Amino acid sequence: MSIISMVLVVIIAFFAGMEGILDEFEIHQPLVSATLIGMATGHLTAGIMLGGSLQMIALGWANIGAAVAPDVALASVASAIIMVKGNNFTPTGISVAVASAIPLAVAGLFLTMIVRTVSVGLTHGADAAAKEGKYQTIERLHLVGILLQGLRIAIPAALLIAIPASAVQEALGAMPEWLTGGMAIGGGMVVAVGYALVINMMATREVWPFFAIGFALAAVSQLTLIALGAIGVALAFIYLNLSKMGGNGGGGSNGGGAGDPVGDILDQY
Amino acid sequence: MAEKIELSRHDRMSVAWRSQFLQGSWNYERMQNVGWAYALIPAIKKLYTTKEDRSAALKRHLEFFNTHPYVASPIIGVTLALEEERANGAAIDDAAIQGVKIGMMGPLAGIGDPVFWFTLRPILGALGASLALSGNILGPILFFVLWNLIRMSFIWYTQEFGYKAGSAITQDLSGGLLKDITKGASILGMFILAVLVERWVSIKFVVQLPAKKLAEGAYINFPNGAVTGGKLQQILGEQASGMSLTKMAPNTLQANLDSLIPGLMGLLLTFFAMWLLKKKVSPIVMIIGIFIFGIAMHALHIM
Repeated sequence: MSIISMVLVVIIAFFAGMEGILDEFEIHQPLVSATLIGMATGHLTAGIMLGGSLQMIALGWANIGAAVAPDVALASVASAIIMVKGNNFTPTGISVAVASAIPLAVAGLFLTMIVRTVSVGLTHGADAAAKEGKYQTIERLHLVGILLQGLRIAIPAALLIAIPASAVQEALGAMPEWLTGGMAIGGGMVVAVGYALVINMMATREVWPFFAIGFALAAVSQLTLIALGAIGVALAFIYLNLSKMGGNGGGGSNGGGAGDPVGDILDQY
Repeated sequence: MAEKIELSRHDRMSVAWRSQFLQGSWNYERMQNVGWAYALIPAIKKLYTTKEDRSAALKRHLEFFNTHPYVASPIIGVTLALEEERANGAAIDDAAIQGVKIGMMGPLAGIGDPVFWFTLRPILGALGASLALSGNILGPILFFVLWNLIRMSFIWYTQEFGYKAGSAITQDLSGGLLKDITKGASILGMFILAVLVERWVSIKFVVQLPAKKLAEGAYINFPNGAVTGGKLQQILGEQASGMSLTKMAPNTLQANLDSLIPGLMGLLLTFFAMWLLKKKVSPIVMIIGIFIFGIAMHALHIM
């Protein structure tokens, strides 16, 4: 990796770290950050492919309620760096890079906790500034908070970059086939955890039938994702409109008896 | 009153831009409070000129606040409207403003999470990722551009909506439209998640079951002697029609499972993960466990 590439990667890691908390521009999502790191190191296509496969795994990773998922920003940045350093851009190389970055992403949660605790201090600083009406101080404190979040990813990234490429390649090369092959197989299955997280949050008795329809239609491989998305949007509109019609008609003669979803909505209108 | 102080479109845009950094100093004590104050500073500067007024305004906006970062925008809009009235002399006390913030953040977070995190991001992410898996740069570009277009228009228009509706919006919070949006999003979300489970949870068994003996006529009967042109033509025709080359058909566990419905094992794994989550097993434990399981199954030549 050239010096310019290294600097660029650390800058990308810094932005990914800030985005990891802001969650606005989504630079920290694997699709974006791994592509950028691929671009910065001259391995654009491999970066895009890595971003795609990690994105599939991380689709449902969100910290809602008590369930905590690995740190997406660190997973994307670390896996991209490991791939570039390992110099293996085959599908197996990509899945091994993803699998070995996940433990780091778990460890990264600890850094998140530290920064969020340190930010309590920033709040108290802001309280003191508010007493004096000094809004510039509050602005500065807030920016410090964002910078800390950036460093949370940029520092581990710099440390990873500092490890000599030969050492990374040796470590990756020393892995036997049963391990690398097994990691790729695990990567294919681990996707389910993210989906399970999201399904658990959304599932109600009312929307389960749509899950069944989706699963059955997805087996028809000629239907592209966009076609399936169109079907999904259409189903949602049909359902919402039909449930309103039931409400206007009153009595629910068309809407079915009590206990079915349309009946439930009827009660609410 | 000399002249009514009004927040210009430029002021509101500046607040909307800053609201994108709402979570920047997220902390365990008051969560998004500093980010909230940071977003409102352009408005506070415009509305209040004395040090005392500014100090009071900053203090009341450093109270606890936490919601989904995008749906904070309509709340900001309402707060701007209230602060504007207050600066113009209306009797709106701190408790009223705080009440609006607290009253709106819960229900709105309940809309933001399913719409953005559970529906829009999985859909756009899967769309981008499926293109990216083949190295197509359109994947990341599509994801990034669509996401930010939708997000930025949402932030701006809902903030404007909140600003214009003022506190009236709070009465309509549980109203029909928002309910429809949330329900529509969960229908679409569940549909797409099923598609993702079917297509991208990949479990492939490599176990061979005992080969099946094929019935007469399902395989090609090769003659023992020399083959004439006519016979060869017949054999090639038979092969093209899908007849087997050998008497025994290979029989894999995976083919048997696929004949039920492709993706069945992925579905079962997803249900198992959902059940474990309900039993309070950490997703991190599951992720690591699945990797170990995959390595073990591969080492045993089962997968």
